[in-house]
Amino acid sequence: MSLHKLTLCELQRKFTAGEVTAKEIARAYFLRIGQVEPKVKAYVTTRKEQAMIDAAALDDSLKGWRKTQPMMGMPLAIKDNLCTEGVTTTCSSRMLQNFVPPYDATVIAKLRAQGYLLLGKTNLDEFAMGSSTENSAFGPSRNPWNLQCVPGGSSGGSAAAVAADECAAALGSDTGGSIRQPAAFCGVVGLKPTYGRVSRYGLIAFASSLDQIGPITKDVADAAFLLSVIAGHDPMDSTSADVPVPDYMKALKKKDLKKLKVGIPAEFFAEGLDPEVEQAVRAAIDELKSLGGEIKEIQLPRTDAAVAVYYVIATAEASSNLARFDGVKFGLRSKDTKDLLDLYTKTRQEGFGPEVKRRIMLGTYALSSGYYDAYYGKAQAVRTLIRQDFDAAFKEVDLIVTPVTPTPAFKLGEKSEDPLQMYLSDIFTISVNLAGLPAIALPCGFSKAGLPIGLQLIGRAFQEDTLLRAAHAYEQSTQWRAKKPAIR
Amino acid sequence: MEITKQEVEKVAKLARLQVTESEVAVFTKQLSQILTHVETLKKYNTDGVQPTATVLGQVNVFRDDVVRPSLSVEQALANAPEREADGFCVPKIID
Repeated sequence: MSLHKLTLCELQRKFTAGEVTAKEIARAYFLRIGQVEPKVKAYVTTRKEQAMIDAAALDDSLKGWRKTQPMMGMPLAIKDNLCTEGVTTTCSSRMLQNFVPPYDATVIAKLRAQGYLLLGKTNLDEFAMGSSTENSAFGPSRNPWNLQCVPGGSSGGSAAAVAADECAAALGSDTGGSIRQPAAFCGVVGLKPTYGRVSRYGLIAFASSLDQIGPITKDVADAAFLLSVIAGHDPMDSTSADVPVPDYMKALKKKDLKKLKVGIPAEFFAEGLDPEVEQAVRAAIDELKSLGGEIKEIQLPRTDAAVAVYYVIATAEASSNLARFDGVKFGLRSKDTKDLLDLYTKTRQEGFGPEVKRRIMLGTYALSSGYYDAYYGKAQAVRTLIRQDFDAAFKEVDLIVTPVTPTPAFKLGEKSEDPLQMYLSDIFTISVNLAGLPAIALPCGFSKAGLPIGLQLIGRAFQEDTLLRAAHAYEQSTQWRAKKPAIR
Repeated sequence: MEITKQEVEKVAKLARLQVTESEVAVFTKQLSQILTHVETLKKYNTDGVQPTATVLGQVNVFRDDVVRPSLSVEQALANAPEREADGFCVPKIID
């Protein structure tokens, strides 16, 4: 069997047992990348030569006494908004095209300490702002299931790389659905952890009260495995939570949903939901029931406010976070400027693409004198109401099940001219970030056109173990993961 | 909610963005559309509702003030667009 087809856990067992070397792994993956990357365009940067050197060093270090660590030799792809020391980190923006971080993000430091193999950095919508990777300054990635379709976004490169077997697993970030939506569009598993579960140190900030790093993987066990490596408190991120990390692999042992109450919110099955998506998700709910889950109708009445709340709060935070890109200490600097103000405005004009500018403008407007209360204050208050809806629901149920997206993957160019339509396609994922909850996306079927459909499970804060247990039970009782894209 | 061309220009100035004539026209239309959607929040009564700034409920997170290793001057300056000696170079501010 070709190494690139293995899951992360399968590959890890082989490597630990000494059945395969790090050099063989690196060679197999770069062979695969050479074959499919020209079509998929998942990566901004690949580091073939350096990864081969790293792999050889790992193999040498294991000569004699073979003592491995969980992530040792594991070939991963990392979203290009996570700082990797010595490896260009662009955020898919001209602003950071040549930025080489002098430090590692905490999640990267954890992986590096265990000797993982960094294959490359994956494409995203510029500064993680978008739902299709079409906002990347370096061109869009493609959906491996249909190259005319978007892979989703903003972590579209990571999801496409996993679906196309161009890495064993990947990391993404999720501010309003940026892990789960591309995972659903590409037919892979994406987990957004609870806000605070994973350190954000070294993640280039978009919206600090919403951003969270998480795994994108071939199956649920891989997501549990990768989460267990990156989760935990970090003094370098004051918003990371000092909450014990449970054994996520152990959570997978219960292969049913017995004694779990599963809530179905009517608001997520309303107008605008594609009939094929609804059918697949309803069938998945039946399967969860046959696995022992107790199905209950619930209400999340403020769901339709989520998009408006999100696009005020996220853009307000972004306008502040992106103020640092001024051409002074790092990143792009415009040439031939006459004074400091000119340097700021020209650098930002040349460095940022249209969507980033639009969001900075919207956020600046929402925070400006005279509009602050009407927009930002109001959005923060409605955010509280959305959280209260979830709090009330989780008094009755242990899990909430919904679609990830209203439709399967859309065509390149289909929504890029209409930002509001693009924003509204995030309707099912956004409220989870506003409430800070964990959620997982996993495959639950295919459309007639052969595009993957995703199922979303939402859990209580810090109960990723329950999410993983239920997702794993469903995955093991179905065969969706066996199907692979043809990439043509 | 219609926003005017002048408001868009003012916001661009506040955000330190140089925008072209055509960008102003596009942003005026698109921001008006988005803000019209945001106006739908008015239907929710939020009297007496506490705003959410963070979901974690943390107030202040303190740490001991101890000296730790940090970036060297060379590392910190490695990405500088322009440098002079141990500093970042910017256009002259005061004559």
